[in-house]
Amino acid sequence: MAENLANKEWEPKFVAIVCNWCTYAGADLAGISRIQYPTNVRIIRVPCTGRINPFYIVKALQTGADGVLVSG
Amino acid sequence: MDIRAHGKDFDRFVNRAKDEYGIRYIRSMPSSIKELQQTNNLLIKYVNQDGSFTEEEFDMVVLSVGLMPPKEAKKLSASLGIELEGHGFCKTDLENPVQTSRPGVFVCGAFGGPKDIPETVMEASAAAACAEGLLASKRGTMITPVENPAEKDLRGQGVRTGVFVCHCGINIGGVVDVPAVRDYAATLPTVVYSADNLFTCSQDTAVKMAEVIKEKDLTRVVVASCSPRTHEGLFQENCEKAGLNRYLFEMANIRDQDSWVHMHEPEAATAKAKDLLRMAVAKAQYLKPLKPGQLSVNHQALIIGGGLAGITAALSLADQGFASTIVEKEDRLGGNYNHLYKTLEGLDTRAHLTGLLEKIYKNPLITVVTSARIEKIEGFIGNYKTTVKAKDGEKVFEHGIVLVATGAYENKPKEYLYGQNDKVKSQRELETMIYEKDSKLAAVKNIVMIQCVGSRDKERPYCSRYCCSEAIKNALELKAADPSRDITILYRDIRTFAFKEDYYKQAREANIKFISYEENRKPEVMAAGDKVEVKVLDPILNETVTLPADAVVLSVGVVPNPENAAIGNMLKVPTNQDGFFLEAHVKLRPVDFQTDGVFMCGMSHSPKFSDETITQANAAVSRACLVLSLDFIEAEGKTAYVNKERCSACGLCEINCPYSAIRVNPAEGCAEVNAVLCKGCGICTASCRMNAVDLNGFNNEEVLAQIFNLN
Repeated sequence: MAENLANKEWEPKFVAIVCNWCTYAGADLAGISRIQYPTNVRIIRVPCTGRINPFYIVKALQTGADGVLVSG
Repeated sequence: MDIRAHGKDFDRFVNRAKDEYGIRYIRSMPSSIKELQQTNNLLIKYVNQDGSFTEEEFDMVVLSVGLMPPKEAKKLSASLGIELEGHGFCKTDLENPVQTSRPGVFVCGAFGGPKDIPETVMEASAAAACAEGLLASKRGTMITPVENPAEKDLRGQGVRTGVFVCHCGINIGGVVDVPAVRDYAATLPTVVYSADNLFTCSQDTAVKMAEVIKEKDLTRVVVASCSPRTHEGLFQENCEKAGLNRYLFEMANIRDQDSWVHMHEPEAATAKAKDLLRMAVAKAQYLKPLKPGQLSVNHQALIIGGGLAGITAALSLADQGFASTIVEKEDRLGGNYNHLYKTLEGLDTRAHLTGLLEKIYKNPLITVVTSARIEKIEGFIGNYKTTVKAKDGEKVFEHGIVLVATGAYENKPKEYLYGQNDKVKSQRELETMIYEKDSKLAAVKNIVMIQCVGSRDKERPYCSRYCCSEAIKNALELKAADPSRDITILYRDIRTFAFKEDYYKQAREANIKFISYEENRKPEVMAAGDKVEVKVLDPILNETVTLPADAVVLSVGVVPNPENAAIGNMLKVPTNQDGFFLEAHVKLRPVDFQTDGVFMCGMSHSPKFSDETITQANAAVSRACLVLSLDFIEAEGKTAYVNKERCSACGLCEINCPYSAIRVNPAEGCAEVNAVLCKGCGICTASCRMNAVDLNGFNNEEVLAQIFNLN
């Protein structure tokens, strides 16, 4: 990560694990409103943030995600 | 100049705007707005309360413009044969605000008068209930049942995924390279078919999808298009029509969360679309066919509270052919409506109530239990069992829905000598004196009314909505009986909204005086011999005036039923911070709770007028009939399940479940899910220390498949 930070070309990759009822809907709304944001986030929908097993976050980081956003 | 925040919780917004965001509220009518030449800013000139002028510059001016009757109103009224009221809006019946002047024609929303969203939504449901009441005997006669082919047997079948990538016209195709995503899909494991469509949601694509499912023997379908929140159901139906279980479907959101938010980065958006699709395909391979449970529906209703809301609801339910039981705490029905004689608009509420009660007691579908208390409520939508303690012992009722109509109470103030000096009365007490023709009233010449007593203060920050109209109603009545009377109304804001404004105007014309006071400079009431005196700062004179009074009448407002919380606990539905019940959505679902099968109406929801209560009661009935008219309810398919071998019966899931859908069975030594109650939130799964509980549709394998396929 430290080397990556030094590299100006490098873009971090994020995973957002989000609640279907609020944040996922908010992400849809961002689309409907044509709000532009960076492309380096991948959204995973869950029925409720209460469903998120801490294990998912660890696995996402292990898989190569540079950050995990849990929102709900 | 009045701030009219009479809607549920609106005063909280006003307070927040003032206190948290520093928004200024200036009571004034701006005399002019000028555009400044150099800056193009707008200069507003306005008079302050002390009479001084202020000029202030703003970047933007927003006007609150109000509503007018529709242009076509006259034409519409002529062609429908319905009358309009004086302002040109639709004339409505005093006993039923969604009834027009012509039987069988109903009105809802702003055509019946200016109103806010929740009232509009309530009226729409109420109008539907009234129409349903007339059509009840024909219910279900025009429905063609959907028949789906038998589900494909998937035993021994490998995963064969079909991918449909959508252009959505140019919405996706204009940014994302859809053919490239389609070709990429074909390279993914388990994918045996991939195609792109201009509109995947169109009818011809639905037919094509069904054909492909059969032809290619697909066992999974993945659509890369818009949001599952809007289109999952539609695509699932397509699968069902082709004999594929609807839960073997997955979506990748490449429009709302890709092409629309990365419109200027086509390459990166295409790469993201591929990633999202790969994740969806990876998840899809673990999906399982699910069979949602069905539960039978008891067609009877339980109504908690026999006030105007409860009895209107019972009669409306009976019109639709459904039986109900009203449980009333007091020894008679009617609640607050018993204390009302007339509405501001002139409805004889006594006669109205007598008529309603006659109908209630004659109707074989309505059971009334008075002097009764709810002891216990068990069960869930479609299947409730409630124990009621009445005078003659305990009774158990079985019912399919619950209608909460617990009402509210008149506030009993501790200020302004109320209860200490018999010259100080509440508006309700005054109304009784007026209409019961109390002889003491003849000598009452000077009357001071004080508004917002116990409302809109620290303890109760809400507006009780009806008190301004109630005061004006009584003031007009007193003035009509004896024009020599001197009546002064001390107010903070007069909230006679919509057509009620006509009566405020009438009151002003009848020389009823209005003096405004600020919350921090309340009037003072003092005994003075056999009279009382009221001291208040008159902001126009800018000095304290003393008003001698034969009667001081307090607009005392409403307090929620103190038993709301206990009843809410039994039903597992919430109350708000003021103690009124909290609806599923303040604007769009004003009579529903988040919990299915429980509905609310009347003042259990918030302070309101009697005609609004009637509308809300009808609205709640309309919503309730969506359940009562069913023979079976399909439960949620994506529910939790327990891996018995792993479960240690610790009970954490049981504690955490907001729907009481999971319980430890001590005999089995493990937790069990009631699939009918489970909403599939998955909280139990994350709280399980043994990983014994998992969630269909979002189980560990499925979510981890997405995570492992991020790159």
